[in-house]
Amino acid sequence: MAHKTIKVDYLTRVEGEGALKVVVRDGAVESAELKIFEPPRFFEALLRGRAYSEAPDITARICGICPVAYQMSAVHAIENALGVSVTGPLRDLRRLIYCGEWIESHTLHIYMLHAPDFLGYEGAIEMARDHPDIVRRGLALKKAGNAIMSLLGGREIHPINVRVGGFYRAPQRRELQPLADQLAWARDAALETVRWVASFDFPDRERGYEFVALCHDREYPFNEGRIVSSNGLNIGPAQYDDYFEETQIDRSTALHAHIRGGGPYLVGPLARYSLNFDRLSPLAQAAARDAGLGTTCLNPYRSIVVRAVEVLYACDEALRLIDAYEEPEQPAVAVQPRAGIGYGATEAPRGLLYHRYRLEADGTIAEARIVPPTSQNQPSIEEDLRRFIGGWLDLPDEALRHRCEQTVRNHDPCISCATHFLRLEVDRAR
Amino acid sequence: MPKPHRPKLAVWKFASCDGCQLSLLDCEDELLAVAGAVEIAHFPEATRATVKGPYDLSLVEGSITTRHDAERIQHIRRSSRFLVTIGACATAGGIQALRNFADVQEYLSVVYARPEYIQTLATSTAIVDHVAVDFELRGCPIDKRQLLEVISAFLAGRRPVTPPHSVCVECKLAGNVCVMVAHGTPCLGPATHAGCGALCPAYHRGCYGCFGPMETPNASSLTHWLRRLGMDDRALQRVYRTFNANAQVFREESERHGP
Repeated sequence: MAHKTIKVDYLTRVEGEGALKVVVRDGAVESAELKIFEPPRFFEALLRGRAYSEAPDITARICGICPVAYQMSAVHAIENALGVSVTGPLRDLRRLIYCGEWIESHTLHIYMLHAPDFLGYEGAIEMARDHPDIVRRGLALKKAGNAIMSLLGGREIHPINVRVGGFYRAPQRRELQPLADQLAWARDAALETVRWVASFDFPDRERGYEFVALCHDREYPFNEGRIVSSNGLNIGPAQYDDYFEETQIDRSTALHAHIRGGGPYLVGPLARYSLNFDRLSPLAQAAARDAGLGTTCLNPYRSIVVRAVEVLYACDEALRLIDAYEEPEQPAVAVQPRAGIGYGATEAPRGLLYHRYRLEADGTIAEARIVPPTSQNQPSIEEDLRRFIGGWLDLPDEALRHRCEQTVRNHDPCISCATHFLRLEVDRAR
Repeated sequence: MPKPHRPKLAVWKFASCDGCQLSLLDCEDELLAVAGAVEIAHFPEATRATVKGPYDLSLVEGSITTRHDAERIQHIRRSSRFLVTIGACATAGGIQALRNFADVQEYLSVVYARPEYIQTLATSTAIVDHVAVDFELRGCPIDKRQLLEVISAFLAGRRPVTPPHSVCVECKLAGNVCVMVAHGTPCLGPATHAGCGALCPAYHRGCYGCFGPMETPNASSLTHWLRRLGMDDRALQRVYRTFNANAQVFREESERHGP
């Protein structure tokens, strides 16, 4: 076996259209490519000339799975340009809707996209034939996250209630009470989920990632914080472009993000968890320890456990926010357009999501830049394939291909998000 | 007893955000029942398993933006007994159809350092511009109850019931106060296709047209009222040019207010 190519022509159980190709020569992995063939949609270009107030509605359409992340990074960046700060109950409501998205998106990934890899099923529907109660629990947990999105956002996908300055309508306290009942159940279900996924059989693979995530003084990060790395980087969102760059590599399928002068880095649950363990609620910390996690996690196959811990945290945090909620006097703070540049970085379920806007004096968007988590993670995903697959080359082709797919799914790639600035593969391997 | 034949369901993706096919997975209470009533034969976002066509029902998400996709939809049409398009990308070209009003080469140079690597068409177009479509389900995103109605109707061999009247009617049914009359908030509700349940007015905001034009809209009259509420040509063009910018009525109305 001198030479062998492992190809997956259409990656399944990921969001969007991608493929992967691993070339093995003389018993070693020679190259690994995650290919993107999803057509680009040019969001940065079409945002120019739009009103600042339209950015949250338009950027939500980048991703149907994490629209709140786009809305949040957009409103924070624009508020930064307009010199506005949103505090108190309105800030808490933003955190609450973000909890909803994490629960919904992570639970989708845990139960429907990732767990079938560990238990040997093609998908969750096939898994439901043998484990109906487990799949039902996952669906109900996902529904609890979506219930937050529906109530606060109006609907689960592309919520309509988020605006620059706050919300169009703030909920009344009594409207949140039924959510609290549902979330109290969800918190128990999340705890059971942590225990369930912790019982899976994990490949013994670790890698010394450079983790990048937001860090905040008091909170596990959603909307605000400094951009911190495990190698000592510590910057504000406005400095992102000074420290991170994308380069286009020959024969590569994508723009690759790097820390200037450094290598690939990882954003997402592993990074957030490892850089912010002490900011998790006591319940989430205890569940993580019981699940066998340390305060950092370098094994990407265990990311499913970290995601479950984050779901538990999000349920816990949502309950705290609902309990402490006091209705704001106005659903949004007033904003006045002015010329300027604004920066925003928030924690999408899949990791750091950076937006930058340059506004004209009347609030028209002159320039937009968006860096989604999956494009930042793509070099790390390929590096995982290069490092980890070598130990499995004795497996039959189909099993090896499955291992490759699982290795990609560890990072929950969202290709729909990444696409608008990934290079399109001209040759479609079909 | 022989197993009853379950219709084969396929889900296909073109240029899109994945949100409309996610709507099927968001049917948390109904998903397993749907999976029992149909055979999920091709749904890459949900399962690795795939069954060869032909398919009884194909749900198509996304718009046509590459030559390859223009060919791919022809194959899908040929292997589908019924083809239903889901969402604004598939029914009208989506937000990415804003390129239809611009120079796509210029768009390319804004987003990509090496635009020569990108293959794209100058336009983003609806599926119905390429193949015959049996039913179009509107929305950005679609409403999941309407999606279940479409699947149920197909299983029962009847036409789906998705009223083509305006969002205004839904507002009246919901008992919402009219945001335009009571608060002077610009609202596309009078010209917009129903389906969302009049969400935005219930949240004190004007409709922004996620479901595209209703069956027989009077957009020029609506424009007249929007102008009286203070919208200038630029704002009017923007309000018609979002997720359904390339739907005929919205396109024509937007073109009256600038290039």
